[in-house]
Amino acid sequence: MANIQMKAVRKSFGVLEVIKGVDLEIRKGEFMVFVGPSGCGKSTLLRMIAGLESITSGDLLFDGERVNTVIPSKRGIAMVFQSYALYPHMKVRENMAFGMKLAGASEEERNERVARAARMLQIDHLLDRLPKELSGGQRQRVAIGRAITRDPRVFLFDEPLSNLDAALRVATRLEIAKLHHEMNDVTMIYVTHDQVEAMTLADRICVLRDGRVEQVGTPSDLYEKPNSIFVAGFIGSPRMNFLDGARAAKHGCHTLGIRSEHIDIVADGEGEWTGTVIHAEDLGSDNYLFVEIGAAEPLIVRRPGKLDHANGTHLNLRPQAQHLHRFDAEGRPVSQS
Amino acid sequence: MTLSDIFWKVMFYCAVALIVLVAVFPFYYAILTSFETGTAIFRVNYLPESFNLDNYRAVLGGANFLRSVANSVLIATVTVAGALLLAVTAAYALARVRFRGRGLLLMTILAVSMFPQIAVLAGHFELVRFLGIFNTPFAMILSYTIFTLPFTVWVLTTFMRDLPLEIEEAAIVDGATPWVFITQVFMPLLWPALVTTGLLAFIGAWNEFLFALTFTASETQRTVPVAIALLSGASQQEVPWGPIMAASVLVTIPLIILVLIFQRKIVAGLTAGGVKG
Ligand SMILES: Nc1ncnc2c1ncn2[C@@H]1O[C@H](COP(=O)(O)OP(=O)(O)OP(=O)(O)O)[C@@H](O)[C@H]1O
Ligand SMILES: [Mg+2]
Repeated sequence: MANIQMKAVRKSFGVLEVIKGVDLEIRKGEFMVFVGPSGCGKSTLLRMIAGLESITSGDLLFDGERVNTVIPSKRGIAMVFQSYALYPHMKVRENMAFGMKLAGASEEERNERVARAARMLQIDHLLDRLPKELSGGQRQRVAIGRAITRDPRVFLFDEPLSNLDAALRVATRLEIAKLHHEMNDVTMIYVTHDQVEAMTLADRICVLRDGRVEQVGTPSDLYEKPNSIFVAGFIGSPRMNFLDGARAAKHGCHTLGIRSEHIDIVADGEGEWTGTVIHAEDLGSDNYLFVEIGAAEPLIVRRPGKLDHANGTHLNLRPQAQHLHRFDAEGRPVSQS
Repeated sequence: MTLSDIFWKVMFYCAVALIVLVAVFPFYYAILTSFETGTAIFRVNYLPESFNLDNYRAVLGGANFLRSVANSVLIATVTVAGALLLAVTAAYALARVRFRGRGLLLMTILAVSMFPQIAVLAGHFELVRFLGIFNTPFAMILSYTIFTLPFTVWVLTTFMRDLPLEIEEAAIVDGATPWVFITQVFMPLLWPALVTTGLLAFIGAWNEFLFALTFTASETQRTVPVAIALLSGASQQEVPWGPIMAASVLVTIPLIILVLIFQRKIVAGLTAGGVKG
């Protein structure tokens, strides 16, 4: 429900500058995902939006109104923490209603809103339990439910799924996606390490690097048109292959990037590179071949279906010309000429 | 179960029995003695032989014993309340607020609690005289609070550090002021620590002898330990063991009751579940 603007936002802890000037607009109702390497300042930026961390300089605007010094509970935000952060001594119901109680809502209204959120997340039957009587997935649902009952303008998530096991992670991810559709006018900001979460949940992804915004765009934008080597290497799994030296010079660039699924295995004599398979990973639906072609790192080639090339096989490889990513010495894309 | 398993089990329970015996026997003997009079006191016996309430009558009938109990209750209660209030707020600062010299301050606090009482007695006496509270309950309240605070602060700080920061932040997002947070989130979570440290502070204040002896002059201001020590017999030469034992039993019972009450309240692991499982 809120449009968020950051203008030249900076944050220092003592002499250590952590956020080094961020300009970013997050649209009303948008699902924005922050990704970036560990320590790049994702959590710090999120906490500044929440108001849990002060802003050293710059402006933070919600719907055009400066909120730099507004306390968290008055910003209309709700936050879901990595560790759930439920109040251990309160029943689920009380946990969810605590904020409303402090805001002075009537008991009727509290019960109604808790019931509505509980129905949405299917946790009705857990309302009279203590957090310690819940499983990890249930705790995270309660934490999300607590955020919903606050009826926020902005939802903030800091790696909410990273304490869950793989299956629960997928289920809860769907839950969050559903939530976004149901509450489609609520702005959501989501910090994650997980490629899949970022790609599947986001309307737009913001890649942070060392306290600066590296690139903002839709998942397919970032995947297909990364505007730096950093983003190209960060988005996508397995990582994009990078080649330099003569192999790159041949394509008129300093570094050549090619994704694993854009390399074809061709007949003798038609390939651009040749090498032997030194390792293979079979994922059932896909398989990855690690091919040693004499470059710094083996080339990863992704093949659909069952594994069909044993270790030691000699292969001829050819990149798909329309999917080449060419970067100059500064790591910026070479303009298409 | 093998033979050696049985052997170690037996050894274990022997050790437990020995510890219980050593801990409980003096009190048991005091109870036995408190029901005996005259020369019976000096006969060694391990089973009850007589049941005579004369000692209790003598103690409770004495002019100032009940007054001393009242003094002790007042002093111990105020000490506990004051120490906990100061310690909770101090521990919050020490555990949560980053400031220069925090580690040093914590170590100093711990070091202070290691001074023997006798070393600071003179200083305390000067302080008490200076404040004009000699021979009043405040003299004891002040010095007991000073003595109990380091330990209380230290324990509460450790507890508070273990409380996840994110719970506090969740409360801030929910709109809790520091006061609401301390009273509605911190205190319920810190119950076990508060009860434990409060109880220890109470016992410490209740049993303290040296300061209480030094800082009081008149009989009406005495605390229980002093009153018991200064119980006098029929003559200068006679130590009134009977009444002393009766009084000791009387003043130990409240402590035992307190511990039994609060033992149930010490719900360990209350914080389990709020944070990652
Ligand atoms: N309270 C603080 N005091 C000093 N430095 C801090 C503080 N909080 C964070 N930092 C530093 O700021 C930098 C960014 O931290 P932040 O938690 O935002 O990283 P992150 O991108 O969320 O990393 P991760 O992916 O590991 O969670 C780190 O170098 C961290 O050491
Ligand atoms: Mg983080």
